[in-house]
Amino acid sequence: METEGRVVMSDQKLTGADIVLKALRDQGVELIFGYPGGAVLPIYDALFKQNDLRHILVRHEQAAVHAAEGYARSTGKVGCVLVTSGPGATNAVTGLTDALMDSIPIVCLTGQVPTHLIGNDAFQEADTTGITRPCTKHNYLVKDVRNLARVIHEGFYVARSGRPGPVVIDIPKDVQFAEGPYVGPHEIRHKSYRPQVKPELAKVEEAIELIANAKRPIFYTGGGVVNSGPLASKLLTQFVHMTGYPCTNTLMGLGAFPASDPLFLGMLGMHGTYEANLAMHGCDVMICIGARFDDRVTGKISEFAPGSKKIHVDIDPSSINKNVAVDLAIIGDAGHVLEDMIRIWKARQKRPDQAALKAWWAQIELWRKRDCLRYQKTDRIIKPQYAIERLRDAIRGIDHYITTEVGQHQMWAAQFLPFEQPNRWLTSGGLGTMGYGLPAAIGCQLAHPESLVVDVAGEASIMMNIQEMSTAVQYRTPVKVFILNNQYMGMVRQWQELLHGSRYSESYSEALPDFVKLAEAFGAVGLRASKVSEVDDVIAEMIRVKQPVIVDMCVDPKENCFPMIPGGRAHNDILLGPSDTTEDATPEEGMVLV
Amino acid sequence: MPNDLNAKIEKHTIAVVVDNEPGVLARVIGLFSGRGYNIESLTVSEVDPVQRLSRITIVTSGTRMVIEQIKAQLDRLVPIHKVRDLSDDEKPCIERELALVKVVGTGEKRIEALRLADIFKARVVDATLTSFVFEITGTGDELNEFAGLMSQLGMIETSRTGIVAIGRGPGGF
Repeated sequence: METEGRVVMSDQKLTGADIVLKALRDQGVELIFGYPGGAVLPIYDALFKQNDLRHILVRHEQAAVHAAEGYARSTGKVGCVLVTSGPGATNAVTGLTDALMDSIPIVCLTGQVPTHLIGNDAFQEADTTGITRPCTKHNYLVKDVRNLARVIHEGFYVARSGRPGPVVIDIPKDVQFAEGPYVGPHEIRHKSYRPQVKPELAKVEEAIELIANAKRPIFYTGGGVVNSGPLASKLLTQFVHMTGYPCTNTLMGLGAFPASDPLFLGMLGMHGTYEANLAMHGCDVMICIGARFDDRVTGKISEFAPGSKKIHVDIDPSSINKNVAVDLAIIGDAGHVLEDMIRIWKARQKRPDQAALKAWWAQIELWRKRDCLRYQKTDRIIKPQYAIERLRDAIRGIDHYITTEVGQHQMWAAQFLPFEQPNRWLTSGGLGTMGYGLPAAIGCQLAHPESLVVDVAGEASIMMNIQEMSTAVQYRTPVKVFILNNQYMGMVRQWQELLHGSRYSESYSEALPDFVKLAEAFGAVGLRASKVSEVDDVIAEMIRVKQPVIVDMCVDPKENCFPMIPGGRAHNDILLGPSDTTEDATPEEGMVLV
Repeated sequence: MPNDLNAKIEKHTIAVVVDNEPGVLARVIGLFSGRGYNIESLTVSEVDPVQRLSRITIVTSGTRMVIEQIKAQLDRLVPIHKVRDLSDDEKPCIERELALVKVVGTGEKRIEALRLADIFKARVVDATLTSFVFEITGTGDELNEFAGLMSQLGMIETSRTGIVAIGRGPGGF
């Protein structure tokens, strides 16, 4: 089946399995994350006979999707997954939902039972397109091999265009065996899907007037800037500098604006900085670019940035006015919109109101002086924040990527680690998937073999996909699992402490493994620090070892993550530390919020 | 929506042109159930066999913010070509629904049923000595009214198509 390097005429026939691989190659796929099974054996057989596409065998299909997400998020390319029918597909569902929530481009190929068995409850049959319909941007069941090449190219187009997302292509086994024609990616034009990427200029002009006349402005920017590509981050930085306005990032947007920039206020939201949240609360013009007014960002909607004019730039029209009514909506890709904003700002020779801006910054400096990320430093016990700070200092100057699991450690990483560039911070934001970080780190490491990739983890989260240590060892991906081990599902415990009378229902991590021995059992390196004096040495050793490493950082089990805006509260109700914690931290209606 | 707790609930008729491919209807219905929107009526049929396009007519209700959200959510579904809110037209759109109504009875009630059917311009499409099946076309309200009267005259079964709608004037979709 030698077809490379030649124009494939439509009368040339390939098997479905070969069409799949050829289409993937033509889409620029280098890595496939997957797990074989009965219904994808023809594709695995075709994989065996070629050397262009590298297959990474994960240990659970959920991890295949997270690894592809790590690859996609750190490269800007589409991540590719291959799993079998039934349990293969259902196991992938969490990863697909994660990618949907965080707008990560993924194409997931699933095997399916042969077409004549569909609907018969065949062995390992599941209604994959039915199950994945709400957790994908789009999905397909290919019943005819003549449509296969077109559908795969279309799938990649849909996954990466507009607001990116996961696409499932379900391929019955008989279609993989059948012979059909191949069409290349350039012969495909989608019938209906053409998302708007260029903004309406009149709207951008209107926005520029609002921005230029602002007295207390703030840029609130998110993952949409990262998804637009590195140029969008450069343009954002340029535009923010032209205005001199403060800028805050969402969890998904960290790195889109350099953390070290004096105009940066840090992350906003539930565990965001005091200055970012108070600036959001007090602003008169909010410039939201590629963020979606998530409940973790807005807090109490009715008291969110009261009295402010809100400009919302988003590629997805359904994000507009979904949670918060805005005054000016601009549909378009963040990069294109920023380009137009800069051009119009320059052409109209706009100058910010310097007197107002000076007063605004003076106010922000007062908020900054609260030093909201301070914590009690001690030699007695390793504070989790201290461990992250030492990690931060140790990796400064080393080319690195950070992934996380979900919980307190994730928030501390977001607060304390500075991201100067986009695509360096990989975390499960929307879905909050424990178990995301290790497979995402593996996917990221495979894309960046020379870089340092650290999964900042918790001891509970890491157990959700710990089996992927085996993948890391097999492919010699020297990922570093940096566990802040506080022996609790820390964020659950924190909420129980604040909202449920310190009744720590099921949140204690009972019967934990010895993580050092566990690492060794996988053939990786295990390190432990239980005293403050050991922290630096362990981190240095972790970086030095060119192998997968698990670090068991035994931290203060009682530490909570501050600042915190309790559920149902407004930005200015932020709690700065344990002493701020009051009995009625959360109103009744806030209790029901998650 | 927390923003507009006191906002008025509006009823809207939305027309959607989609690719006639498997799963499209499930996608639309799943969107409504998954996001908690109301469906008061939903009809679908192929309207362009050459391009294989179907038209879905949805009657839904919600605050203005929710209606806008429904339209945006529909529009972002990949196989959807066009979304149009017919209730946003200057003139109210034309809405029609068809019902088949089976009425069983004899004597005076039977005669009264036939008389009312005539007034409502319903056609008899099946008749026995003890029953009629009427076919009636009209707005939802007209059909409700007809069914209300017939229920007192021996109506035992009714089947309705749901609403189809089209805008007035020379403008197309």
